[in-house]
Amino acid sequence: MPELLSRWMLALLLALPLAAGAKEAAPASDDPVLEARVMRIAAELRCLVCQNQTIADSHADLAQDLRQQVREMLQKGQSDAQIIDYMTQRYGDFVLYRPPVKSTTALLWYGPALLMLGGLGVLAVVLRRRSKLPDDQFEPDQPE
Amino acid sequence: MKSLKFLVPLGIFLVLVVFLAVGLNLNPREVPSPLIGKPAPAFTLTRLDAPAQTIKRDELLGKVWILNVWASWCAPCREEHPVLVELARRKLVPIYGLNYKDTRPAGMGFLTQLGNPYEASLFDGDGRVGIDYGVYGVPETFVIDKQGMIRHKHVGPLTPEVVRTKIEPLLKELNA
Repeated sequence: MPELLSRWMLALLLALPLAAGAKEAAPASDDPVLEARVMRIAAELRCLVCQNQTIADSHADLAQDLRQQVREMLQKGQSDAQIIDYMTQRYGDFVLYRPPVKSTTALLWYGPALLMLGGLGVLAVVLRRRSKLPDDQFEPDQPE
Repeated sequence: MKSLKFLVPLGIFLVLVVFLAVGLNLNPREVPSPLIGKPAPAFTLTRLDAPAQTIKRDELLGKVWILNVWASWCAPCREEHPVLVELARRKLVPIYGLNYKDTRPAGMGFLTQLGNPYEASLFDGDGRVGIDYGVYGVPETFVIDKQGMIRHKHVGPLTPEVVRTKIEPLLKELNA
């Protein structure tokens, strides 16, 4: 019985890469230049189903469909910007891995810089205040 | 003033708590649709039950209707189906199905087995119309007004509560 089981496991394991390879190869076209463009645009777009992946990385059905959509639009001669527009019209700015700078995203874009400036400001004030203190305000180093 | 300095960490902590509480209550899967308030994308699709008959978006102008995206392979669709059947039984609004990335026999089987709440189901085998509607997680439900504008989108299975608190008031408003 265990031998039979392990044989099955082996067969399954051997079949696995075949299945995966077959599925992945299907939709791509033969043109490597086109494929490179498809993947470059796909890498800018978020997969809606598995939200922390781009549609270039994702194996979700929807991601494959969207890659196919990008491919067809490129074959029709549409520009990168047109494709990105097409996607945002349907899925919103959410699909963009690089959200546009506008009033609702200002905090997202400038927040980190503001936080850092604030931190530097506080540091400067603290250091300046300390430098004005006389020496006897500090405890002398005490060897253990 | 100086004596209150020990409260600063507490203040920072409280601010953090507020941010985390808000953050944890957001649903990151809920993608705001840019289509709300915009015209429903045009389509010309065949009926699921009659491959020779087509339905266009423009034929549905002039009435408030619901577009429900479903598929036989979608487990949550089974869960929401009784809610749709009940909604259809009350004849508040015509419900059109968008049979998304399915096969005709499987789709028909689903409706025979669970009941058919749809005025008609549109067959979108390759999911193109789904992409036009920004569909990313089946089931999805759109409420479309008399002018063909999308007024509401619900992602995920409809529940009796969603129908009562969101869909019905909106239908009343749109039909008024």
